Amino acid sequence: MGQARQPMSERRPRLVVIGNGMAGIRTVEELLQLAPDLYDISVFGAEPYGNYNRIMLSLLLSGEKRADEIMLNTPEWYAAHGIALYPGDPVVAIDRARRRVRSRAGVELAYDRLLIATGSQPVVLPVPGNDLPGVVCFRGIDDVERMVAAAGTYRRAAVIGGGLLGIEAANGLSRRGMQVCLIHRSHVLLNQQLNADAARLLAGSLQARGLTLRLGAQTVSLYGRERVEGVALADGSRIDADLVVMAVGVHPDAALAKASGIHCERGIVVDDTLQTYDPLVYAVGECVQHRKATFGLVAPAWEQARVCAAHLARFGHRHYRAGENATRLKVTGIDLYSAGDFIGGAGTEDLVLRDPRRGIYKRLVLKENRLVGAVLYGDAKDGGWYFELIQNGTDIAPWRDRLLFGRGYCQASAAGGTGVAA
Amino acid sequence: MNGAHATTCPYCGVGCGVLASVGADGAVGVTGDPGHGSNLGRLCVKGAALGETLDLQGRLLQPTLREPGGALRRVGWGEALDRVAGGFRRILDNHGPDAVAFYVSGQLLTEDYYVVNKLAKGYIGTANIDTNSRLCMSSAVAGHKRAFGEDVVPGCYEDLEQAELIVLAGSNTAWCHPVVFQRMVKAKEQGAGPRIVVIDPRFTATCESADLHLPIRPGTDVWLFNGLLSFLFRHGAIDAAFVDAHTQGFEQALAAAEAEAGDPAEVARRCGVQLADLLTFYRWFARHGKTVSLFSQGVNQSSSGTDKVNSLINCHLLTGRIGKPGMGPFSITGQPNAMGGREVGGLANMLAAHMDLHEAVHRDIVQSFWDSPRIASRPGLKAVELFDAVLEGRVKALWIMGTNPVVSLPDADRAKRALAACELVVCSDIVEATDTNAFAHVLLPALGWGEKNGTVTSSERRISRQRPFLPAPGEARADWRIVRDVAQRLGFGRGFQYDGPHDIFIEHARLTAFRNHAPRGDGLPAVPRQLDLGALAALSRQDYDALAPVQWPVTADGRGTPRLFADGRFAHGDGRARFVATPGRAPAHAPDAEYPLVLNTGRVRDQWHTMTRTGKSPRLAGHISEPYLDMHPHDALRFGVREGELARVRSRWGAMVARVRHGGGILAGHVFVPIHWNDQYASDARVGGLVNPVVDPVSGEPEFKHTPVRVEPFPVRWYGFAFGRHPLPTARPHHWTLIRGEHFLRYEIAHRDRLADCGTWARAWLGAGDPDADWLEYEDRSTGVYRAAYVVEDRIEACIFLSARQDLPARQWLAGLFAQDRLDESDRASLLAGEPPGAGADTGPIVCSCFGVGRNTLCAAIREQGLETPAQITASLRAGGNCGSCVPELRQLITEAHAEAGA
Repeated sequence: MGQARQPMSERRPRLVVIGNGMAGIRTVEELLQLAPDLYDISVFGAEPYGNYNRIMLSLLLSGEKRADEIMLNTPEWYAAHGIALYPGDPVVAIDRARRRVRSRAGVELAYDRLLIATGSQPVVLPVPGNDLPGVVCFRGIDDVERMVAAAGTYRRAAVIGGGLLGIEAANGLSRRGMQVCLIHRSHVLLNQQLNADAARLLAGSLQARGLTLRLGAQTVSLYGRERVEGVALADGSRIDADLVVMAVGVHPDAALAKASGIHCERGIVVDDTLQTYDPLVYAVGECVQHRKATFGLVAPAWEQARVCAAHLARFGHRHYRAGENATRLKVTGIDLYSAGDFIGGAGTEDLVLRDPRRGIYKRLVLKENRLVGAVLYGDAKDGGWYFELIQNGTDIAPWRDRLLFGRGYCQASAAGGTGVAA
Repeated sequence: MNGAHATTCPYCGVGCGVLASVGADGAVGVTGDPGHGSNLGRLCVKGAALGETLDLQGRLLQPTLREPGGALRRVGWGEALDRVAGGFRRILDNHGPDAVAFYVSGQLLTEDYYVVNKLAKGYIGTANIDTNSRLCMSSAVAGHKRAFGEDVVPGCYEDLEQAELIVLAGSNTAWCHPVVFQRMVKAKEQGAGPRIVVIDPRFTATCESADLHLPIRPGTDVWLFNGLLSFLFRHGAIDAAFVDAHTQGFEQALAAAEAEAGDPAEVARRCGVQLADLLTFYRWFARHGKTVSLFSQGVNQSSSGTDKVNSLINCHLLTGRIGKPGMGPFSITGQPNAMGGREVGGLANMLAAHMDLHEAVHRDIVQSFWDSPRIASRPGLKAVELFDAVLEGRVKALWIMGTNPVVSLPDADRAKRALAACELVVCSDIVEATDTNAFAHVLLPALGWGEKNGTVTSSERRISRQRPFLPAPGEARADWRIVRDVAQRLGFGRGFQYDGPHDIFIEHARLTAFRNHAPRGDGLPAVPRQLDLGALAALSRQDYDALAPVQWPVTADGRGTPRLFADGRFAHGDGRARFVATPGRAPAHAPDAEYPLVLNTGRVRDQWHTMTRTGKSPRLAGHISEPYLDMHPHDALRFGVREGELARVRSRWGAMVARVRHGGGILAGHVFVPIHWNDQYASDARVGGLVNPVVDPVSGEPEFKHTPVRVEPFPVRWYGFAFGRHPLPTARPHHWTLIRGEHFLRYEIAHRDRLADCGTWARAWLGAGDPDADWLEYEDRSTGVYRAAYVVEDRIEACIFLSARQDLPARQWLAGLFAQDRLDESDRASLLAGEPPGAGADTGPIVCSCFGVGRNTLCAAIREQGLETPAQITASLRAGGNCGSCVPELRQLITEAHAEAGA
């Protein structure tokens, strides 16, 4: 990697990173791999920690991990790489004309390159009572701490939103001893990730864990005097709760960029090199919008980091292309994976396996002998491999009959000489 | 019961000695009896599997009457016997003795056979008693009688070991008489052993050990042996002294042979073989004095079967090769007691003890010995005619014992119609459900092998005991006893005072000696017969029970006779053997444009007859588990069928469905179908229904080996198979074959209709209609693949695999799951794949869920690639590269691996 090293000049170019989250720091890591000494790097973060694995917040909530176990980069790591870290001090303004940023605490730094990785903000339902004490979102360690505290004091919780985060939050609170009601607007849980068959199995499994489900339920207001006391639904029913978690989605946090005049739509608009409309400013992660798409999963962020780092390192040889998405529910004991076009449609074919007694449902969607989508419930160990097949567009015709039984069968048959292209 | 019981195998006519022992758990173990002269300790696979055929599943255990509506009613013996006797009495009184008939079996013991023959011919007064031996043996019987004057097999198995040349004519000995075959092959391997020539249109397993195979055109055997006779004569390979002293009719026979077969080139053309091969055979035959010509159904089952037998015997008479060690014509039988049946006269054209119906002196001998009120004086109806007579209403009462004519007769659908039209059908059997028993008005439970007690005679005239070592199950009774009790009810008590098989055997032995050889003091005329068991007539009950296998005739000192006719004295009145002129005759029905192929039928190695016993053995199901249609690939192309797929075979008489196979041993223009499968084991596989009802004019034996047929595709929408612990209703799929396994029944199925909803159909068929049933399924709807399994309390109960294509998984692994009391997690996960994952596919518990990387895979990579950091693991296996949740575990695995390596 040393060949990328620039001749030392009096002053190295300065890279300022706004956001100490997973996408921003992964970009820094990738950059350090490519060009370890190219920049003077400074990182501002809103949260008062090093960099942690946000995906594992669910396990933190459920008590399966401790906070120190989800840390990715400690302050020592920043120091060792000569990075100036400003934790708990978000940037509040970008002065693009003067190439400077200013933090809430008043720190002002000049930059030669700026990387915005401000992530996303949870959506707060615009209903009466949404600001009552006891109403939380599920975004950061502090949210988890609040929920854990509530679980120690209160008995009943309502979680609004039956997506990945909502289910994980409901499960975590339930494991911490609360009676949890999960409220979801659609009749299908995880309707972004599952088809109805798999969602029914998931619902059954959650109910078996003691969760109450209210599907097809529209929240109209939160009620309570000093503190939230429950959720009122459109059908007139009321669900009493001492803690209400809103997990109804996120939107890109593009406010800072927008305020500085960078072109934004739903998120900060970037091109295939993750560059914004300002050539000195890059953006990665959930705050960006790439060709109309916004992001909520980790895999695209990793890829963006890889591409962006290459451009920051002045290699400029990588391009970001949005791929298929794959998601996995992190509820211990519920193995759930979905990828690609798991609904299918005209011209697609289904392979389906059902084993209700073992709680297994698998569906693969094929199109012209290529795998285009997968829903795995109850046994998702081959999810990654299927995702690979989807991304590579592998012709699965030679082992179509074995495909759904997993990689072990198809590799065996490949070894048996049935002519699988390597 | 403890200890080993010496008994005799109940399958083919080799008559192997078996030692049977009953274990503490009731399981029966069998081994070959080293002391038995027929097999010297060997057993074939069917014999070795006898223990697996003795369970009571499907056994007929109680007398049963069919009500007018068709329902079956279990009754006591009294009512059943009254019904049989009453029915017979009524029909006898109204229509006379020839309106009743018996159709019996080469599986009856000699004692059973003797009693039923006596009842028919001596008391009822009809010779309408025929046997399924008619279907396999009667041409040999007729040939022997024409040539020798008596139905005698002159040689013994030792001759096969002592021979220089063995000619196997129309015999797949390797499959049908394996122990005799092993004796030949062993002798051959020991160096000085015999050359083997196989004459068979098919290249069978027997041909693998042959020095020469002559694939003659079916039905041309007579030309082949006529040509041989001519060749021997022309080359001076004759025993003129023997011919002069001990034979007559040579000139006529030679003239007939010369007329058509004097030129080997013409014979080769006629028989469809290479001239060089033909001449090799002829030269070998001419050169080797010690020649045995062993023949079986390929010779017998023909419209010229008797002539084939005589054309073969002619060659032995011309060369004087008979009755001496290592030589002779040798008929080998397919049933355990075809020979015993012949000895007591259990054929419609025989009387008893090798005496004839048409001879007044013979009738007098038998009637006076029996002291019977009547004696049949004209031949009865032979098997095929008998069923014709039933259909036409001339025979109104038919008692079938131990045989399954709806499967085994030619034009078997006609036999079905005959039984359906018959006033009274009585069936004595050991199993309840057979294609024939479906038509019975009275079902009588008989004893089976291991339960019954008596004697059988093998192909080398060896009388051998079948001894009981199991208790009689349910209400089952010995056949002789059932017949005795009916005879007594018919008012014939005086002639049927038997208390056991010993009484009957003694009477039979006395009859064989009665007025045999020399006139006695009373001056009554005698009839000399080779069959003489007089020396056994004094056996006590204990002696009888302990009787060692012995070859008749038995000398006064109780010794057996391995060979007959050594002295050149034959059983004709003048002591001379007869040459029989045998002009060649083509099979009755030639193939034509509409039915262009020739159907041949026969046995497979591991099944026997209609599978009532061998069909129970999982071991025996493994060799060939489905009915098949063996044909030449060119014919398959011509008729639009494909190997592995189903085809319909159709003749003018009937049709069936079987799976096409290219065994490689069949000539173009010919097809082969095994005889065993029937309605109990397959939806549509009774080949008897296709066979032309043509018989040999002398013997009455049907032409099973030559029926014109055509082959058509049997198009189906899907193929499949199902396993069940319990029987599945067979009405559901359009095509099915049942195969019995160790803990399951397997059904190979196919269906002509598309199924709208495979799941619903399969659940209903497998009996898992309950929506809460533990049912797992896999479906690939657009390729028509559906697989499902039904699990009850963690044990597999049934499973089904369907596909629109011939791409079903192998059955072996699934079969093994039925041996397990519970399915473990990995079995269950693999179940619908139909096989376990490939070797090395056990990745261990998943560590990286995102990329599905297991612990075993990780440890191996860490070890083999020397990985030291999670990042290196990610670079190599991608593990940890997505959400990163497993990175701590990756670290731990690295630490562990290094600790292990350091230790």
